[in-house]
This record gives sequence, C-alpha cells and structure tokens, in this order.
Amino acid sequence: MSDLAVGKTRPRRLNVPGLSAALPLAVLGILFFYPLALIIAQSFATGHGTPVFANYISVLGTALFRNALFHTITITLAASLGCIALGFTLSVVIAFVPFPGARLFARAIETFIALPTFLVALAFTFIYGSAGILNGAVMKLFGLTLPPIDFLYSAWGVILAEITVYTPFVMRPLLAAFSLIEASQIEVASILGAGWFRILRQIILPAALPALMAGGSLCLLLTTNEFGIVLFIGAKGVETLPLLVYDKAIQEFDYASACVLATINIALSLGLYALYRSALAWFSRAGLV
Amino acid sequence: MSSAAAQGLGPGEVAASSGADLASSTLAAKISVTPSGGGVAFEGVTVAYKGNTVLSDFTLTVRPGEIMAVIGPSGSGKTTVLRAIAGFVRPVSGRLCAGGRDVTDLPPRARGIGMVVQNYALFPHMRVADNVAFGLRARRAPEHTVRAEVEAALSMVGMSSFASRYPRELSGGQQQRVAIARALAIRPELLLLDEPLSALDAQIRQSMLEELARLHRSLPALTVLYVTHDQTEALTLADRIAILRDGKLVALGPSRELYQRPPNRFAAEFLGRANLLSVILDTPEAGEDNATVRFGATQLRARARAGIAASTSCLLCIRPHDLSLTAREPGANSLAARVREVRWKGELHDIALEAEGQALRLTTAPLRRPPEPGTMLSLYFSAADATLIPES
Ligand SMILES: Nc1ncnc2c1ncn2[C@@H]1O[C@H](COP(=O)(O)OP(=O)(O)OP(=O)(O)O)[C@@H](O)[C@H]1O
Ligand SMILES: [Mg+2]
Repeated sequence: MSDLAVGKTRPRRLNVPGLSAALPLAVLGILFFYPLALIIAQSFATGHGTPVFANYISVLGTALFRNALFHTITITLAASLGCIALGFTLSVVIAFVPFPGARLFARAIETFIALPTFLVALAFTFIYGSAGILNGAVMKLFGLTLPPIDFLYSAWGVILAEITVYTPFVMRPLLAAFSLIEASQIEVASILGAGWFRILRQIILPAALPALMAGGSLCLLLTTNEFGIVLFIGAKGVETLPLLVYDKAIQEFDYASACVLATINIALSLGLYALYRSALAWFSRAGLV
Repeated sequence: MSSAAAQGLGPGEVAASSGADLASSTLAAKISVTPSGGGVAFEGVTVAYKGNTVLSDFTLTVRPGEIMAVIGPSGSGKTTVLRAIAGFVRPVSGRLCAGGRDVTDLPPRARGIGMVVQNYALFPHMRVADNVAFGLRARRAPEHTVRAEVEAALSMVGMSSFASRYPRELSGGQQQRVAIARALAIRPELLLLDEPLSALDAQIRQSMLEELARLHRSLPALTVLYVTHDQTEALTLADRIAILRDGKLVALGPSRELYQRPPNRFAAEFLGRANLLSVILDTPEAGEDNATVRFGATQLRARARAGIAASTSCLLCIRPHDLSLTAREPGANSLAARVREVRWKGELHDIALEAEGQALRLTTAPLRRPPEPGTMLSLYFSAADATLIPES
C-alpha cells in the first residue's frame, strides 16, 4: 500500500544512458576546458629546434616572475588565514553571543558578497590613502605636513583589502553550519562542566569543519587569482601573477610568457587548494579539530 | 540544624548574594536533612521569557535520594523547571538550591548537575566513549580515572560494547542510555531527566522504565527530577509527583496518595482516568472515611476532605477500575447505571455507562458475557476508593 504511494510520487527521470553525462561535459568542454587547453598549448608553443620548455625556462628565470610568485603566495596565504580567523570569530559572535542587531549584521555581510572587489580597494583609498579621511584627520590634529599612515601602499594594504572582501565568503557557510548546531548540545556541554573555550574547540569547531573547508578553499582560490584589488591599490613593487599576466599580454603583447604565467597561476591555485584540503582532512583524522 | 545550614552554604555563596542571605540560608537549611545530600529546592522561582511568565512562584523541595516526577500538559513549564535548576535560564525572582548550596548565581558548569535532555543531544562527531568522557575531561580528571569512570558508566547502562561507535550508529534506546551514562559519569548528586523516554516506542519505553528503576536502586543517593507528560512513567518511577499547569504547581504528593486522593479536578484527570460525579455533600464531619453524599436519590459514602462545606455540591472521584459489577465487600456503595457502550481492549473490558444523566466509565477484567447496551446494572465501589473534590 505505502509502496504504491511512494511509487506514484517519485519524480520521473529521463534515463538515456550517456546523454545525461554528455551534455554537461560538452558545455563544460566548450566554456572551460577548450580555452584552458589553448592557454596551456600556447605556453608550450615554441619555434622549431628549441626545447618544449623553452618558454618556461625563460620566464622562470626572471626576477620579475620570482617576485610575483613570492607576493602571490604570501598575500594569498596571509589573506586566506586572515579571512578564516576573522570569519570564524565574527560568525561565532553572530551565532552564539546574543546581541541586538545580530541578524541585521549577518544580512549586511551577505550583501557584501555582491560588491565588486575593486570597490573595497577604492573605499580603502578614501579612508586610509595619503589624501584619505584618516590621514587628513591625523595631520590636522597633530599639525603634520606629511601623511603618517601609509600601510595601504604595501603588501599589507592588499592583504587587508582582500580580507575585507573575502571574509564574507567564509562567514556564509559558517553561519549556515552554526545554525544547524543544536543549542541543547552547547547547554549539555556547559552543564557537564565545559568552559566556552572547550565548547568552541570540541563542539562548535568540529561541526564547522566542512563549512570552514568550503569557505577557506574559496578564499584561497579567489585570493590567488585576485586582480582588481592589487591593481587598484597599486602598491609599489607588489606585483602578483595575475597582474604579471596582464602586463605581459596586454602591455607587452608577449602571449607566450603570459600563457606560461597563467598556467603556473592555475597550477598554483589548484595546488594550494589541494594542500589545504588534505591538511584539513589530516587534522580532522588526527582528531585535532 | 543551623550548623548544617552553614556547612551547606559556603562563604563564597553568601557573599555573592548578600541581599538574599536570609532566604538562601533558610533554603539550605530546608534541604540539609543529610548535610552532604543532593536535594533540590525551588523557592518562589518565577521565570519569564520576554516578559511572558512561564513559571510563577514555583516552590518545591526534593529530598536527597528521592525521585520526583514533574508532570503536566505540553507547555505547562516542565522543561523550564529543569532549565532553571540547570542554570540555562535565570529566574526573575526566587532562589534555587542544589546539593545544600544556593546555586542561583552559579553558571551551569559550576552546579555539578547531570542532565539528559529531550533529544539526548549527544555530540555527533565524538564516539560513545568520548561523549561519556566529556564531563570528566572538562573537569580535568586524569586520563586513567577518565577511562575507568567511562567504563563504569557504560557498563551501568549496558553499553560497554558500543564504546567506539558514533551516536549516529545507535538506535534511539541506545542513544538514550549513552546520554544517561554521560550525565552519570561525573557522579552528580542530582540527575535531571527531560522526557527521556518520549522518543522511544511503547515496548522499549517499558523496559527502559524498569531499567531506570533498577539504576536508581543501585544509586540510592541520587536525587532525580524526572519530567514527563506520561502519567504511567510518573506513577511507576516516582516517589512523589508534582503536577504543573500553566506554570503553576497545582498538586504535589506521594505518587500513590496523589493518585488515590487527588486534591483537585485537574490532578484527578491528569493522573490517570477518573469518573467525576456531581454530588451534594450531606455530612462532612468527623473521620476521614466518613462523608455522606447525595447522588440524585442515592446516598453514597466517601472519604471526606476538609474545606468543603455541608450541603454544597462537589465532585466524587472514582477510578474506573475501582468500580465493579459485583459487591467486593459488605456494605459497599452501590448505584444503578445504564450501559451505553462496551469495548473490548484485549486485557480488559471498558464499559461506558450513564447514571443520573452523568457519564461513567468502568474497566474490568475481560468478561465472558459482557452486558448489552441499554441494560441497567448495579455498580459497586468501596467508600475508601471514593474521594471528594471541591467543584472548582
Ligand atoms: N526560549 C523561549 N522563549 C520564549 N518562550 C519560551 C521559550 N522556551 C519555552 N517557552 C514557553 O514557555 C512555556 C513553557 O515551556 P516548557 O518548554 O517549559 O513547556 P513543557 O512543559 O516542557 O512542554 P512540553 O511538554 O511540550 O515539552 C511554553 O509556553 C513555551 O512556549
Ligand atoms: Mg519540555
């Protein structure tokens, strides 16, 4: 009787073998893999008689590349760590510390995701820039002739701007995960004698791990490939791989080098992503988080 | 007595609540029957959520080692009683006392109470053993003690062989046992149980009920506050029962006495089924068992209750199984009733009747030849099984 009822309501599925997989693969191929393959192929394209890796050897040898690689990795790691730390802290406060306006705050953070990244960089220039509000106020207050605050035009400025932009990407999945934690679990933990730190570490953190995984991965990928913020802040000497790709391709018409750099950029972001996931998996297996 | 009170109430607590010194020391004195006992006292506790009072002026003392059931309909404030003593919600007024000390101002983790919540709330990413060990580790017990205590707690509830499972790999009844083991592992003097059996089916519920009774026999010093909306659980397990209605305590007494002599209509109807007949009291006077009432033209004898004036109408409470079709003793009350409906329920016959225009119900062991609807019958009951209750 009940079987019949279930059979009736079960949605019908189009069951043509192969077709269901072929369609999304084709779309993915045209929109993603084909251009990707073009770039990679281009990075290996050399004149006759030169070794296949000639482009790579010439690009990898430059100080410009090493500088960009260093900045990309350090900025990505610092910004992602910052996003995870700040995002986790803010989410815990919003979800577990009752204060008026917590919901409004959570909403505001969600809309933040919709803003273009360079807008934040622009806002930062208005606030912390040499002619910005902060410097203006400090100069007026102390009668200074030169702007005293100039962290913005360094790697720190880029990192701070990226943290501001990408923290909501960590918070969204975290807040969703936190809303699934039963309040009674926290209450039971507290009556068993646990303080807030133990509750955070042993109850909240493990429940948040998948969300932290998702949000952190997203941050890593987005910050590795960040372009707008780095360009807008325009810190001297702070050049990252995406910026270098832009320089090579658009300003110098050196497509071979641009494709090499792009390929390395892709490999880097995927590599960092894989590293992050395996590290988290190891931590959770070891029972550390 | 006063020295026991001083002993039960540390100087820290007195200092922490200077305004309530007097109240809290008398409160501690009240439950320090044995100085180290884990009794509980609620003294005029009022709890409100956003100005909405859900528990008002609640006063209740549970003696060390006692099982007190708190029952009442849904939303009557049963869980709130437990949340107040656990420290999850702060009373607007009143004092709370557990284990001989005033805990009103203590955070939950400093109260030393074991608790099993309605949905068990096991920690999903921890194995059974780690769930049970949680409280001990939070108290920084050395690891060898933790292991020994976890093993002891798990074997007490018969779950030793499940130590390395995750909660999701357990059945409802098994989860419930783990939740109890986790609460008991810290060796609390007070155990709070919030409808612990409500998620289980009837059969397991029965066996878990017996197991809880056995558990308490092995831990006689453990005070238990048992919240349920199931009167059978309360009657089976509890020494005393408190009945809540709309956030107020409406009845309190030893289980058997409360069942046999309910003080009011709500208690009579909530604690099992009851026939409540409108009668007029003739003579209230003298002995306990000596009231005469008029039920239409019939004279009946019942147990009196102080506070009901003569010639006033009141209710006569008789449990359906105390009515019988044959006189069980000489001089039993008898009244005539017409059969309206007969239902066979396996282990008993449930007969609906009507007498003097009022509905009655009788349950009896299965009858070989049940009466036909419409027949007139004589019903008998002992005066000792009939209790007078004020009308309102
Ligand atoms: N956090 C809360 N905020 C507002 N009102 C609440 C809250 N918790 C409980 N209440 C209200 O308090 C009243 C008593 O709730 P409580 O949970 O104590 O009832 P209960 O007797 O345990 O009911 P049940 O048998 O359904 O579990 C209810 O009317 C409920 O709506
Ligand atoms: Mg409840």
